[in-house]
Parts: sequence; structure tokens; C-alpha cells
Amino acid sequence: MVSVRLVDLCKYFGSVKAVDGLNLEIKDGEFVVLLGPSGCGKTTTLFCIAGIYKPTKGRIYFDEIDVTDWPPKDRNIGMVFQSYALYPHMTVFDNIAFPLKLKKLPKQEIARRVREVAKMLQIDHLLDRYPAQLSGGQQQRVALARALVKQPDVFLLDEPLSNLDAKLRILMRAELKRLQKELKITTVYVTHDQAEAMTLADRIAVMNEGKLQQYGPPDEIYNRPANVFVAGFIGAPPMNLLDCSLVERDGRYVLDFTSFEIELPRELGEVVRSRASSSEVVFGVRPEDLKISKGPATSAIKGVVYVTEPLGREVIVNVRIGDHIIKVIESASTASEIAAGQEVWVVLDFNRVHIFDRKTGKLVV
Amino acid sequence: MSKRKFFFTLPAQLPLMSSRRLHRSRSKLSPRARKFLLLTIFLGPCIVMIALFWFGPVFLTVFLSFTDMSIRRAEWHWVGLENYFNIGKHPFTMKVVVNTAIYVSCTLLWNVFVGLLLALLTYYMDERSALFYRALWLLPRSSPPVVYGLLWLWVLDPTEYGLLNQFVLALGLSDKPINWLMEYPMLFIILINGFVGCSFGMIVFSSALKSIPRDYIIAARVDGASEWRIIKDIILPLLKWPLMFVTAWQTLSLLASYEYILIVTNGGPFYATEVWSLFAYHQAFEHLELGFGAALAMVLVIVSIICVVAYMKVFKFRRMISPAKIEIA
Ligand SMILES: Nc1ncnc2c1ncn2[C@@H]1O[C@H](COP(=O)(O)OP(=O)(O)O)[C@@H](O)[C@H]1O
Ligand SMILES: [Mg+2]
Repeated sequence: MVSVRLVDLCKYFGSVKAVDGLNLEIKDGEFVVLLGPSGCGKTTTLFCIAGIYKPTKGRIYFDEIDVTDWPPKDRNIGMVFQSYALYPHMTVFDNIAFPLKLKKLPKQEIARRVREVAKMLQIDHLLDRYPAQLSGGQQQRVALARALVKQPDVFLLDEPLSNLDAKLRILMRAELKRLQKELKITTVYVTHDQAEAMTLADRIAVMNEGKLQQYGPPDEIYNRPANVFVAGFIGAPPMNLLDCSLVERDGRYVLDFTSFEIELPRELGEVVRSRASSSEVVFGVRPEDLKISKGPATSAIKGVVYVTEPLGREVIVNVRIGDHIIKVIESASTASEIAAGQEVWVVLDFNRVHIFDRKTGKLVV
Repeated sequence: MSKRKFFFTLPAQLPLMSSRRLHRSRSKLSPRARKFLLLTIFLGPCIVMIALFWFGPVFLTVFLSFTDMSIRRAEWHWVGLENYFNIGKHPFTMKVVVNTAIYVSCTLLWNVFVGLLLALLTYYMDERSALFYRALWLLPRSSPPVVYGLLWLWVLDPTEYGLLNQFVLALGLSDKPINWLMEYPMLFIILINGFVGCSFGMIVFSSALKSIPRDYIIAARVDGASEWRIIKDIILPLLKWPLMFVTAWQTLSLLASYEYILIVTNGGPFYATEVWSLFAYHQAFEHLELGFGAALAMVLVIVSIICVVAYMKVFKFRRMISPAKIEIA
């Protein structure tokens, strides 16, 4: 088991900066998820850790040892690919045994360890089959077995669940988490699915365009997004983000959305005024932090119901306020009395409101 | 009202209409005739081509091989199997068989191995160098055989002006020019054919290599495989079918090819490079014994067919062309 440290990691392909100045510290036994949209450099980062790519700049440390120039075989890494990358001409047994054969372990030792890991992943009855004779879920388990059989120091997974159907994905998600906690392997898991990241990670590293956006535990990423990108990427439906400007009027602080206004509590207004680089800000609030009121209420904004999207237990109510559509999550019982075209009030909780600097994108408060 | 009517009548009407329409089109032709017509349209041209350019010549050759037809004589007679018996009696037959075996097996080995080597080399190059390199190796194939043959004759010129001799003399490897085609005729015939032939394997293997998912290679590398182990344990097993295909294809085309030998040595010196197909050509068009030449050619046809059947059996050709049987568990 090792800890992994990336220091100012850069990987350029010609003019494309796939990874740009990434600093990341992964503790021994920690489960870290690299989260970001497609093409943001997640796979490239994994390949750098594995030694497939040589970084353009920056260093990689396992514990305190600089492994940047080590070939992959000396790093003792287990890797799982989105495509599983099972060798089609080898049986399941031979696929799992392959990394051990490369280590030149004795035959009995190989057989013993293959059976052990196959049993752990409940594929011991499939050892004689070929990958083409397996279902997607079984192939996934074989890929996990092949990565784990060599007892790796670092476990790398590149979107391992994205080829499974939704039901199996949720099943495997739980199993993966249990497995990782049981084996206590330092794990870097890549995904573009924020729900997967939230459920699995000890810490999430949100990436965009090769740069680290925020690194922290899931609840911190969710409750205190460091910038507009993270705020918009985490959560489904995503956070309501509206451009506005802060104006001071007769000693009161008001957010001006051009088609409507919100008055801020005095303290909040002062904090925003002192910290933001200008009056141009982005107002953010999660749909689940808003409530619908059928009559006027304090710190509520009047709007008209645009459309409702039932999800079963909850309903997403889209409310048109001025030129903006704001999403609100309401319980089904409350929402059942709401119809499109109806006039409602959206109730704000100023403790659950985020304000970002529009120029830098960074969180102000 | 009209909307409702449309809604109700459509499902009932649809099968009726379509079956009636089908019926009408069937009325002119029976289903069997229709099927026959379709097969004729789709397979006809292909069958005509095969008949014209394969069965036609083969039947003509079979016919000729049972006669003593010759351009030197006006009349001809049926001679039964005499031409075939004469093959056995011919003083050079054994020599030609040995030549053919050496030529085909050595050139085949060269073509497959060098083709594979070139494909692997270009696989590890960046895209632009690989393209340039492949184009370079395709040059001999794309130049006319006569030009290519003459180029080799100049390279192997026995005087001190030959390209190879200039090298050898300059490097002091020999003190007088070497008559290459006199000293090592078979070696150079194999090389001359090999430099054209290997590009076939190169192209087939290159595209097969491209279709191997990168993840296989990366996974093996992460697991600590050396490049040699990756080639041996991952790439070569995945190239099984292309390897078999190139081997089978090249065997057949080498058995039948003689144009470069004709241009460069014309079978000489003294039958040292006379292979079976060239032997047949010489008998038919130089000695003008059409019947005997045809019998020789027929032997080649039969050997080729035996090769095809053998390859199909050994390589389980049926399995190669049948769709993968994937069992979903
Ligand atoms: N081998 C490569 N050559 C050139 N560009 C690449 C290569 N690999 C990745 N890229 C580019 O780098 C960026 C990041 O890619 P990647 O790490 O695969 O993203 P992700 O895994 O987050 O979807 C993309 O713009 C991609 O086009
Ligand atoms: Mg990726």
C-alpha cells in the first residue's frame, strides 16, 4: 500500500493541454474519484500514474519515492478499463493469470492466487470460458480480478461501470466500494458520472480542461462548491445559476436580475461587497434548497409554474421568474396541488445560497 | 369524424392492402421463378466472370492436355494420358519439382515474416513515418514487372558497373566483379519476388494490427509485459487469421507466378531457376508443345486445389468465415 502524490503534473499532446498543472495527494488506502466531463484529462492522468504516458512536466511520488521515470512494470499497479480489455484469445483463467505469469511466479502459486481472487469475485465457475462467452457484468468481474490478482499497491479504474446497464451499475458500485474498503488499496477511480463519484469517493477531485477545480470530501464538494463549474457539474438536477449584479440602494443590498430583484440580508450583502472583485456576480441555489409557497412569504420571489417533472417521490417544479427558469425540488404531496400556469412563491433560505464572482468564477460566499 | 374513421380503418385495411399488393406482384411469376430471377441478377455477373476466366481456361487446358496439339504441326490427335506419362519421363521434371518447392517455400516464408516484421515496425512508428515507409515498400508492387525486373538486372549486372558489384568492389569484399545470377540464381529469384511479395503481408497485417484495441496493449504494459511478450502473447495470437490468410493466398499466387523469373533469368542458368509454372510456359510457348504444356499446367491446377482444401481443413476455414458464437450467460 502506498500514498500517491502528483506535483504540478502536466501532459501536453502537441498544443492540447490534456493535463495542466495537476496537484493531488492521495492517502494510503484512500478512495479518490477523478470527476469531470469527457475530454477533461482524466484518462491521461491515470495513464501518467500508471507510467503509460511520460508527463511533459511535473513529478509523481509513491510514498516519498519519485517514480516519474519508472516503467509501468515497476510500479505494481492494477488497472481496469472501460472496455475491460480482456484478451479474447485467452480463457478467464489465463486472463487473470497473465500478470502473475509475467512476474514468473511458480505454477501452483499462480493457480492458487487465481482461484482465490476468482472466488472473491464470484467468477470461480467461469474460469474455463472465453471472454466472448461472458455477459458484461461477468467480464467486468474478470477485469477486476485480473487487476487485483497481482495485489497492486495502487488500483486504477477508468470508467469501469459505464458499459453496464443501470441496475447492474448500482449493484457493482456497492460491491466495488465494499471490495476497496476490505482490501484497503489506494484507489483512483475515473468517472464522468457525479452520482457515482458522490457514492464511492472518500474524496472527489473535480477536473475541467486539464485543471483541478476542487478536491475534497463529497459533502464539501456538494455543499461548498469552489466555483461555478463545480456548482453546475455536481447535483442532478444541477444548481440554479443566475447572472446578476449587486447594487447598494438606501443602505440595502439588492441582487439585480434585470427582470426581478432579490434583497439580500445586510450581513450577506456586506460580505459579498467586500469579497467580490466587482458587482458582477453569479447567484446559485440548489433545487433541493428551495421551497414552493402558494402564498406570499418572507424572502420569497413570485413566479409562474412553467412545467412540472414528476420523479416519483419528488417533483421538479420549473418556475418562471422574469426571464429565468428556476428548478425547485418539492415533495410529491406538495407538488400535487401545483399546476402549470399557476402563480407561486419560491422561498429562499439565505444560509443555503451561493454567490460566485462572475469574472473569476470563484465562490464568494 | 374523418380522423376517427382513419384511425379505425387503418389497422384492418393495412394487412389486406399489402397482401393484395403482394399477390398482384406474385401473379405474374411463381415464388420459385422470383427467387431464381433474384439470384440471377445478383450472382449472375459473378458466375459469368468465373465461367469465362476460370472454368473456360481450365476446360481448354484439360482438352489440350489430352491432345498432341502443337503449333509446329497442322493436324492433331487424341493421345489420352500420354502427355501426363511424359511428365514423369521428362529428364528435368525432378529438377523443376525441387526448384518449385524451394522457391515457393522460401519466398512464402520471406513474404510472411518480412511482411509481419514491416507491419510491426510501422505499428510502432508515428503515423506519418509509417505511411512513408509503407509507401516505399509498395513501390516495387506498383511498378511494372518489366521495369522492376530490369532494375534488378542493372543492380546484379555481372560487370564492375553493376550496383551491387560497385559496392562489393568498393568495400573490398571481392577483387573482381561477381556474376550474381550465375553464382546464386535461386537466392536472387527469391529476393526479387520477396521484395514485391512481402508488401502484401505488410498491408494485411498493418490493417489487422490497427484493429487491435489499444487497451489490450496498454493493459499488458501496465501488467509489466515487455514489448516482446506483448507481441508474442497478445499481438501474434490476435493476428492468427490474417497470418493464415496471407500464407494460403501467397502459396497459391507463388505456385502460379513466374513473370519475374522469366524476365530476370528465364529459368537459367541451366534450369537452376526453372519452376513448374515457367516450365509449363516454356513447353507451351517456346517448344510450342501445347498439349504437353497444358498437361503441366493441369498438374499445377490440381496441386493448387489440393492446397486450398488442405488449408481449409487445417485452418478450419469454416469457423473463420462464420459469425462468432457468443453465449450470453
Ligand atoms: N494520445 C493522444 N494524442 C493526442 N491527444 C490526446 C491523446 N490522448 C488524449 N488526448 C486529448 O487529451 C484530452 C484529454 O483526453 P482524456 O484524458 O482521454 O480525457 P477523459 O478521459 O477525461 O475523457 C482530450 O482533448 C483528448 O483529445
Ligand atoms: Mg477517458
